[in-house]
Amino acid sequence: MRSKGRQTRGPLAPMMTLIIKRMTMAIPSLIGVVIVTFLLTRMLPGDPAAYFAGPAATPQAIQEVRIKLGLDKPLIQQFSRYVLDLAHGNLGTSLTTGQPVITELRTRLPASAELTLLGLLVSIAIAVPVGILAATRPNSLLDHTCRIISTAGVSLPVFFTGLILIYVFYYLLGWAPAPLGRLDVFYVAPPQVTGFYLIDSLIGGDPQTFIAALKQLVLPALTLGVFSLAPIARMTRASMLAVLSSDFIRTARASGLSNWTVVITYAFRNAMLPVITTLGMVFSFLLGANVLVEKVFAWPGIGSYAVEALLASDFAPVQGFVLTMAVMYVALNLMIDILYGLIDPRVRLEA
Amino acid sequence: MRRREFLKSATALTAAGVFSAPGTWSRAKAQSRQETLLIVSESGPNNLDIHGVGTNVPGYEVSWNCYDRLISHEMKTLPNGTPYYDKTKFKPELADDMNIGDMSVTFKLKKDATFQDSTPVTANDVKWSFDRAVTVGGFPTFQMSAGSLTKPEQFVVVDDHTFRVDFAKKDRLTIPDLAVIVPCVVNSELVKKHATAEDPWGLEYTKLNTVGSGAFKVTNWTAGSQVVFERNNNWKGGPLPKIKRVIWRMVPDAGNRRALLERGDADVSYDLPNKDLAELKSDGKLTIVSTPYSNGIQYIGMNVQHPPFDNVKVRYAVACAIPYQKIMDAVLYGLAKPMFGAPADAPIEVAWPQPHKFNTDLAKAKQFLGEAGYANGFQEPIQISFDLGFAGVNEPICVLVQESLAQIGIQTTINKVPGANWRTELTKKTMPLFTNVFSGWLDYPEYFFYWCYHSGKSIFNTMNYQSSAIDGLIDGARAAAANGDAAAYDKDVKGFVDLAFTDVPRIPLYQPYVNVAMQKNISGYQYWFHRRLDYRSFEKG
Repeated sequence: MRSKGRQTRGPLAPMMTLIIKRMTMAIPSLIGVVIVTFLLTRMLPGDPAAYFAGPAATPQAIQEVRIKLGLDKPLIQQFSRYVLDLAHGNLGTSLTTGQPVITELRTRLPASAELTLLGLLVSIAIAVPVGILAATRPNSLLDHTCRIISTAGVSLPVFFTGLILIYVFYYLLGWAPAPLGRLDVFYVAPPQVTGFYLIDSLIGGDPQTFIAALKQLVLPALTLGVFSLAPIARMTRASMLAVLSSDFIRTARASGLSNWTVVITYAFRNAMLPVITTLGMVFSFLLGANVLVEKVFAWPGIGSYAVEALLASDFAPVQGFVLTMAVMYVALNLMIDILYGLIDPRVRLEA
Repeated sequence: MRRREFLKSATALTAAGVFSAPGTWSRAKAQSRQETLLIVSESGPNNLDIHGVGTNVPGYEVSWNCYDRLISHEMKTLPNGTPYYDKTKFKPELADDMNIGDMSVTFKLKKDATFQDSTPVTANDVKWSFDRAVTVGGFPTFQMSAGSLTKPEQFVVVDDHTFRVDFAKKDRLTIPDLAVIVPCVVNSELVKKHATAEDPWGLEYTKLNTVGSGAFKVTNWTAGSQVVFERNNNWKGGPLPKIKRVIWRMVPDAGNRRALLERGDADVSYDLPNKDLAELKSDGKLTIVSTPYSNGIQYIGMNVQHPPFDNVKVRYAVACAIPYQKIMDAVLYGLAKPMFGAPADAPIEVAWPQPHKFNTDLAKAKQFLGEAGYANGFQEPIQISFDLGFAGVNEPICVLVQESLAQIGIQTTINKVPGANWRTELTKKTMPLFTNVFSGWLDYPEYFFYWCYHSGKSIFNTMNYQSSAIDGLIDGARAAAANGDAAAYDKDVKGFVDLAFTDVPRIPLYQPYVNVAMQKNISGYQYWFHRRLDYRSFEKG
């Protein structure tokens, strides 16, 4: 009994050490992010006090606002106040929207995440099969088509793809709903559980809202999907090509296994590792590309929030945004490392 | 026959049921759509209270529709049929009666007026709100001071429904200043409950909640995304609005705002680019109303304290080199009122804005430049600055001006200033050459000149123009207006306009238009001095 217990704990223990190790490694980088974003926002040209004192402000009105915002204090004092607030989970208040940054991020992050994840899913659903097919028939017509589509997708700027899609499917054909954010204006948002409208509407048992939310998501998700096709398709193809030419595939084929079994069960599983790495990268740059897509589709996500704040020298949201992104990158990389472990036992052992 | 007809109608009904499923819900949706006004614009409010710290211009629109003032303006109709506020005629809103004495004005409040939480509006609320406006600092306090309203002691509660404002000094702008957005009446008892030691005026609470007696209240606000207003059915400030609900959505992309209007999904939009507006106008599918900004001018400013613009001949040269008509055609698509090229013999009028007499004349410009001793241009290129926040208009203007100045030998570079920095740059008063727009809520020439030309500390004297002559004329006009001396007033106004045109520290280009695009079934748009929308008058046909 005891030896059996030790055996089951065996492969898990290194996994835990891996996770803990990764987490501790993330701490210095997070501290760095806090310092750098604070300094960067303070180095931005422009005076938020003058901006928010509003039209026709006199110099003393500007000074009053500056004192109210605490911007008259020395930088080190501002920083210690910021860190102290941060420790209490307070990211400050946005001046452009007038709301606490933490609430805004909490309501906006799901909007961005839902869109990005769906965009990624769309991308995977198209790119992975296309990549596999292209790898099984290299230099065929299909391979070239795959190359052209993915190159075109990555070369078109996302806002351009978005505007074209809106022009064709909303303005000309009228198939898509108005590009007015996450829901048609006459719908009420589902009660918040996860913040993902698709999931929340199903939890709330409201299929109409589900369909309405899905309709709003189609075009922006497609825009993001098209943009991220290239790296996923190319990586799938390259890594499949490498695996398909290896010895164990030749052996499998020689043993008379069906083509499907060879390609999917043996080859694809082994080719997945680099694809997963790419997915992690793609997801993080999709979060960046989101900024423009959110602008075009009036999407209430964190990207458009950060850009607007930046244009107004509104420090708190920019700091909050960069911090959130940093935390998400760390979490994402951790997740990918864990996935590696699940897919490839060697990673577990090495850790 | 009957059986066949029955079958036919039955099939039709079933089909209709299938296609419009779910039927009841669609009808409900259509119903609410009929009573709802959907507005799309680029940006939204950052604060629901105009007394707040740094409330932006969209926030003023919320305040206007959700709060009442003691008085408001009557409407008059412009020649093109647009209702336009009448700056000389006042109408009661929360007040029943206004009695202007020599050194004070007394208001009787409406006895039946209530706040949206059903508590009655009293003179104490009015006093508390006015005290708040003159105390909180920043824009509201500044705006109150424009009407010589500066101290809480000026606001007196006579009884529950009688309120008096004592004048600090005679000022023609005091009464008009009581009809602007800032002196709105706030539910003082409710706000006091949410006030804290650091925030004695409850600004944090009113930032998120509209607590007035106005025609609408905000029921949902998602910053940067949407604002939803519901009608206050007990509004006593005027006739009950026809619109029950207003949804105001922020759509950052101008192309999408246009698409939403053209597809009929949005009812009103008011910040479309001029090119789109010109095209929509010629299309004729939408109603486009264009009204000149009251007391507003886009201009080219020159810093008169530093060479070369300290030389008036150089300023003349620039004024003769501006491609006025090109700007009107290529940048504004004709959607503005020219402020240049008045006939040489036209007399100066007692009015503002009025056109100056310069025209594009490059030969003359070169001649002036020669007279100034700069026949070969300047040694260093001059920087033309503009506010990137309004790049749609500013950037092409600057490019056209740059092109034109190059033809008379003045080399320039363009300096794009991000919106957040623009005010800082203005305050410094160091930009040599720039374009900007200024418009005043109170539509009086001396108000405009006080902010733009007076040597005092106003940041809108962006040219850093210092002239004791113009100061004397502006102060003279203000005093004359307060004392009702029409002859002296006219003389002084003509005097300062004339001086502004002969000294040309700034070159007026045009009076911008407020452009509102609406569906054909929307009516009731009114132009207000604040240039935002008044939901109370809208109707949906």
